[in-house]
Amino acid sequence: MFDAIQAFLSGFLYDWLAITLTLLLQAIAVILPIMLVVAWLTYAERKVIGYMQVRMGPNRVGPIGLLQPIADALKLMTKEVIFPAQSNKYLFIIAPILAIAPAVAAYAVIPFSEGVVVTDINAGVLYVLAVSSILVYGTIVAGWASNSKYAFLGALRGSAQKISYEIAMGFALVTVLMIAGTMNLTEIVQGQQGGIWNWYLLPLLPMFFVYFISGLAETNRTPFDVIEGEAEIVAGFHVDYSGMTFGVFMLAEYAMMILISFMTAIMFLGGWLSPFEGIPLLETLFAWVPQLAWLSIKVAFLLFVFLWLRATFPRYRYDQLMRLGWKVLIPLTIVWVFVVGAMKYFDFGPWFN
Amino acid sequence: MGEFLKHQIKTWGLTELFKGLSVTGKYLFKKKITVRYPEEKTPLSPRFRGHHALRRYENGEERCIACKLCEAVCPANAITIESEERADGTRRTTQYDIDMFKCIYCGFCEEACPVDAIVETRVFEYEFHERGPHIRTKEDLLAFGDQHEAQIAADRAADAKYR
Repeated sequence: MFDAIQAFLSGFLYDWLAITLTLLLQAIAVILPIMLVVAWLTYAERKVIGYMQVRMGPNRVGPIGLLQPIADALKLMTKEVIFPAQSNKYLFIIAPILAIAPAVAAYAVIPFSEGVVVTDINAGVLYVLAVSSILVYGTIVAGWASNSKYAFLGALRGSAQKISYEIAMGFALVTVLMIAGTMNLTEIVQGQQGGIWNWYLLPLLPMFFVYFISGLAETNRTPFDVIEGEAEIVAGFHVDYSGMTFGVFMLAEYAMMILISFMTAIMFLGGWLSPFEGIPLLETLFAWVPQLAWLSIKVAFLLFVFLWLRATFPRYRYDQLMRLGWKVLIPLTIVWVFVVGAMKYFDFGPWFN
Repeated sequence: MGEFLKHQIKTWGLTELFKGLSVTGKYLFKKKITVRYPEEKTPLSPRFRGHHALRRYENGEERCIACKLCEAVCPANAITIESEERADGTRRTTQYDIDMFKCIYCGFCEEACPVDAIVETRVFEYEFHERGPHIRTKEDLLAFGDQHEAQIAADRAADAKYR
C-alpha cells in the first residue's frame, strides 16, 4: 500500500521528499494505533485491577468510564511542567524522549501480519534487543537530571535491574534463534507454521516464562517495579516529573509493555498464525479471521497477564530481584541453550526439520 | 529425598504463583461490592447521626426548655445557648446555635436531651461553601425539624424499643 502512495507522491514531488513523506506516513500508521492502545491500556489496567479487588474501577467519564484515558491525557497536558531548581534542564527534557523513542522505534521491525512490517530487516531480533536496551538511558538520565536522591536511587536500581535481566532475555531469545535459524521476525513466525504444536512455546516452555519474567523486569512492572517502589523511594526516577514529561514516561512504559507482548507472541506463540492450523474442521471455520486479529488476541492476552500479575503479586525486594535474575534465570537459560542444542542434534519433535 | 523433590517441583513449577493468580482470577468475576454513590445509596440506620434538628410538640410549641444539658455535654463545644423567661413563665431559648464545623456528630446532645428536642437526622448530604451558614441558628434548626418531622418521628419510634 505504501509503495503505491510513494509512487503517487513521486509523481508530483521530488523523489527524496516522496520517500520521506511515505516513511513519515508509515511511522504514523504504526505509532498512532500503538498510542491509542497505550491510552486504553491504562484504562484496562485500572479496570482489571479494580475488578480483581472487587471494585468497579473508573466508571465516571463516558459509558463505563471509557473516556477516562482522554480525561487523563487532557489533565496531564494542561498541568504545569515543573523543573526542580538544581536540575539539569536539558537532560531533564531529554530523558523522557530517550525513554519513548526506543519504545516506539522498536515497532519498526514487528510484523503485524504476513508482510505487514515497516522494515523487514534480517537482524530484527538483534534490533529489538539493541533498541530496547537503549531504554535504560531514559531512566538513568531522568534520575541524574532530577538531582534528587530518590530519583537517583531509582535510576541506579533501574540500570542494574535492566542490565541484569537483559542477559536472561537475550539468552532466552538465543534458544528461539537456535530453533528458527534466523533473526528475521517474519521468518521466525513462518517457522512456526502448522498448528499449535509447532509453536516454539512447547520446546521452549521454560524460556517462555523466563522471557516473560525478564520482560516484566525490563518494563519495570510489578513485581519488579523497584525502580518506582513508592514505599521506599516515592516514585523513583520520575519523582520530579510532572505534567506531560511524566506522561511521556508512562507512555514509554506502556508502549514497552505492548512491545514485550508482541515479541512474546511472535517468538513463542506463533505471531499472526492461527492456532487451528492443521485441524481439519476448525481451520476452515476460522479461515476468515485476519492474521492481525490472531496476533491482537495473543498480544491482548499477554497484556492481560501483565495486569493480572500486577494485581496479584507484591513487589520483590531488591536483593531478591537480583538473586532471581543472576542465580535462577540466567543459569536456567544457559542450561536450556544446551537442551535445545541437544534437541536440535537429535531432531526432536516437529520443530527441527 | 522425597521432600526435596517435592520442594523442587513446587519451586520450578511456580505452583505458588499460579495459586495466587487463580485467586485473583476468581475475584475478577466476583460480584463487585462498590456502591455507586450518587445513584445508589447504602441503607441508613434509624440511629444515623446526620444534620441536627430541633423538634416541636404537636401543638406547635418548641420542645427545648433551655436546660443546656446538650451544651454541657457537647465534647466539641459546638452548641451555644442563651435563654430567657417568657411571658407565660416558661424558660425558652433565645439563641440555639450549632457550629457545624465544630460538631463531631457524636450524638451526645440527643442522648442528653430530656425532652427529645435536639435530634440528629438521617440527612447527611449538605455542605457549606463559606463561613456563616455553617452556624445553624435556632430558626434554621426548627425549620429543619419541621421539614423532616415525619422521618424523625418514625426513626425515634423504630429505635424506641431498644432504649
